Amino acid sequence: MSFGRVCALDGISVKIKKGEIHSVIGPNGAGKTVMMNCISGLYHPQNGSIHYRGERINHLKPHERATRGIARTFQKVEVFGGMTVLDNIRLGRHIHYKSGILSGSVYMGKTAREEIEHRKFIEEEIIDLLEIEHIRHKPVGMLPYGLQKRVELGRAIALEPELLILDEPLAGLNLEEVEDMARFILDINQEKRWEITCLLVEHDMGVVMDLSDNVYVLNFGNMIVDGPPEEIQKNPEVIKAYLGEEDLYASRK
Amino acid sequence: MDKITKELTIPKLFYSQAKKYGKERVSMREKEFGIWRPFTWHDYLENVKHIALGLVSLGLEEGDKVAMIGDNRPEGLWTEMGALCARGVGVWLFQDSLMNEVKYIIDHSDTKFIVGEGQEEVDKAISIIDECPKLKKIIWDDPKGMRNYDQDYLISLKEVMRLGRELEKEKPDLFAELIGKGHGDEVALLFYTSGTTALPKGVLLSHYNMLTMGKNLMSIDPCKDTDDYVSYLPFAWIGEQMMSISCGLQIGYTLNFPESSETSRENIREIGPHVMFAPPRMYEQMTRTVQVKYLDAGWIKRKSYEIASSIGYHVADLKFAKKAIPFYWRILEWFAYILVQKKLKDHLGLTRVRNAYTGGAAMGPDHFRFFHSLGVNLKQIYGQTEVAGISVVHRNGDIKFDTVGHPIPETEVKITEEGEIITRSPSVFLGYYKNPEATAKTLQGGWLYSGDRGFIDEDNHLVVFDRTKDVMILKDGKPFAPQYLETRLKFSPYIKDSWVIGDQKDCITAVICIDYSVIGKWADTKKLTYTSYPELAQKPEVYDLIEEQIRKANKDLPELVKVIKFVNLYKELDADDDELTRTRKLRREFVGKKYEDIVNALYSDAEVVHIDTTITYEDGRKTHIKTDLKIRKVKS
Repeated sequence: MSFGRVCALDGISVKIKKGEIHSVIGPNGAGKTVMMNCISGLYHPQNGSIHYRGERINHLKPHERATRGIARTFQKVEVFGGMTVLDNIRLGRHIHYKSGILSGSVYMGKTAREEIEHRKFIEEEIIDLLEIEHIRHKPVGMLPYGLQKRVELGRAIALEPELLILDEPLAGLNLEEVEDMARFILDINQEKRWEITCLLVEHDMGVVMDLSDNVYVLNFGNMIVDGPPEEIQKNPEVIKAYLGEEDLYASRK
Repeated sequence: MDKITKELTIPKLFYSQAKKYGKERVSMREKEFGIWRPFTWHDYLENVKHIALGLVSLGLEEGDKVAMIGDNRPEGLWTEMGALCARGVGVWLFQDSLMNEVKYIIDHSDTKFIVGEGQEEVDKAISIIDECPKLKKIIWDDPKGMRNYDQDYLISLKEVMRLGRELEKEKPDLFAELIGKGHGDEVALLFYTSGTTALPKGVLLSHYNMLTMGKNLMSIDPCKDTDDYVSYLPFAWIGEQMMSISCGLQIGYTLNFPESSETSRENIREIGPHVMFAPPRMYEQMTRTVQVKYLDAGWIKRKSYEIASSIGYHVADLKFAKKAIPFYWRILEWFAYILVQKKLKDHLGLTRVRNAYTGGAAMGPDHFRFFHSLGVNLKQIYGQTEVAGISVVHRNGDIKFDTVGHPIPETEVKITEEGEIITRSPSVFLGYYKNPEATAKTLQGGWLYSGDRGFIDEDNHLVVFDRTKDVMILKDGKPFAPQYLETRLKFSPYIKDSWVIGDQKDCITAVICIDYSVIGKWADTKKLTYTSYPELAQKPEVYDLIEEQIRKANKDLPELVKVIKFVNLYKELDADDDELTRTRKLRREFVGKKYEDIVNALYSDAEVVHIDTTITYEDGRKTHIKTDLKIRKVKS
């Protein structure tokens, strides 16, 4: 993947296994977000191929990928600020609605029942999980950043995805919020109800090493190394390129 | 209501009430998944029965302690009632208790079973189980996050109830038999007082104590079984037990449990309870909400509020003075009600409140007048854990905001020669658990020595001065209650907490904790930049603002009791740092020692005090804090 003459990603090969948490780390500008955008369909790489469950999805648009079970959150929250928390989450549920515009505007019988079913799902599964009962009717734009991130996660999992891309879910959160978010990520990955495969981009090394099954290290668009967290922490190249800069990326441990 | 006999116990009363109301009436509601879900008395009975029998099959024996920790939820109350029905003794812990507090109480109380709400509580219990040899099982309820726990001593509440159902099939009469065995003089609850000076003491309360308490309070201010009550304050606080168990069970009103602790304010508004009992900080918070909203409102809204509240204050003052209210004031009051107060009360959830009580700490006259100006019948109470709740309360139409009113029926209150308040009533506790010295000191000849100073005024009202050890002696040798000044300062929306110093000193000074959110908002409108609490607190503009607030509080006070110097603290006072008790009372002796440097600086000519300290966070991390606190003189 390159932009003009800047080669943002080059020769990357990543295999994400179902049910695991994979993390991508690397210094700023290493191409982590570009990689996420390629997978979610925001960018279409010039070369190479992306396979999802055996299907080549290079040509698919983001919404087509969403119907196949790929959801994501963004580095800087992309929520609908003027809408309530509930409406934002409902939006993520949209691809599961069967009723169309016409029946929706009448809102009777089957459509109404469907709406209630989805509402039940949102309440029992998402709002309860993310502990956002107290803000469900508040406009998202009025909420503190940490809660907005939580709402964005809620919207993403409302899709009931199989693969969830989390682009720096912990950036800009305070310690308590980091702990909560890490707990939620573990919950959606391990809880029988969800078992979502996660692809995580994150700078907080403490959390990355604790959560991940496998870590990829990027630098200048190239993959330096990949492996389980224990190996990555010992790898001299990684330390040189990334982990060594302790002051910049100190873990919040 | 019948007379409370010595034979009656809480389980017996519960059983007969549940049989009486059956499936017809709602005993409690919980908001869950956004919907209020009712439980009938029949459901209540069934759940309690299965928990009780489940505990029995796990090996609960007569007199065994069952500790509970968690938010206010029906399951919490069921467990408590279940433990009592199984002839156990209930012990409640504050939900935010730190590890060492939990450990102390579990160990000291010889708890056999601990029932925690979810993962957080279970983690606390697991980390102390090795140090508390008597602890046998940890019971949990909320499965969230519990998937990887497989210790033998863990068991879910569902599983306990399943065991209970099995035992019921085997011995269908066991539950009724267990209940029938009880006697009113047996210990029902073991309550740990949040001591302001020493380690918590375990207060033993009998069934008879609890039931007479509820009966005597309800005989003054009767409630109906159609009333609603919102249970959102910690069950580990005696006031909540009094309302939910002692009164709730006898009257049969509906208990409502909020969805989560963050939503309780909203949920109170949805329910609109008929009766309320809360410590002053809840009312202070409501006052603050209104004051802040007022500051934010537009001109028209502000003006109408000002007019309505001046009418309200005038009428309230007439009522306090027990004067007749002229008809034109009644008309004005009605206008104020229709235009402003009705909506205001609705927002605060006070629309239907017949009686609102405050107790547990002192409440300032300003707050008190504020609620009466809205037409809320707020009453001061005086009580303590050792009398299973309260002993003295205001009567309708006879409210003086500097007193706490008259003793409730069957209760005698006297003042000793030293000025200590002593009480005698059927609700006076049995003694402290494993602490005969403290018991002997507190219980003398059937009288309960409260350790509070007070006097009876000309109208026979009890006036509580302060904790004996908190009373300050001023330069002129007169006693003075610092609480009085502190509550006055707290009426300012900008001041969250205050600590007034001046015992045996020349003058009075204060340490102020600013209200971060209110002052933060104020700073935003003034375009002041800040990044943290300590930084905001030290802004000269904030000092000016606080000085202005103190000047207001100083107004009309005699020269000697005016605050003449103050300092803004770099942090809020916190129960986790032992600066406050769990019920948010200031631990004066402790803060006096902890902030000795500040106190010394306040009584010297210094203009700044240098702070160099380490803060320990909840998760054990430590941060070093180095800062200078300015000392400001209040210009009059």
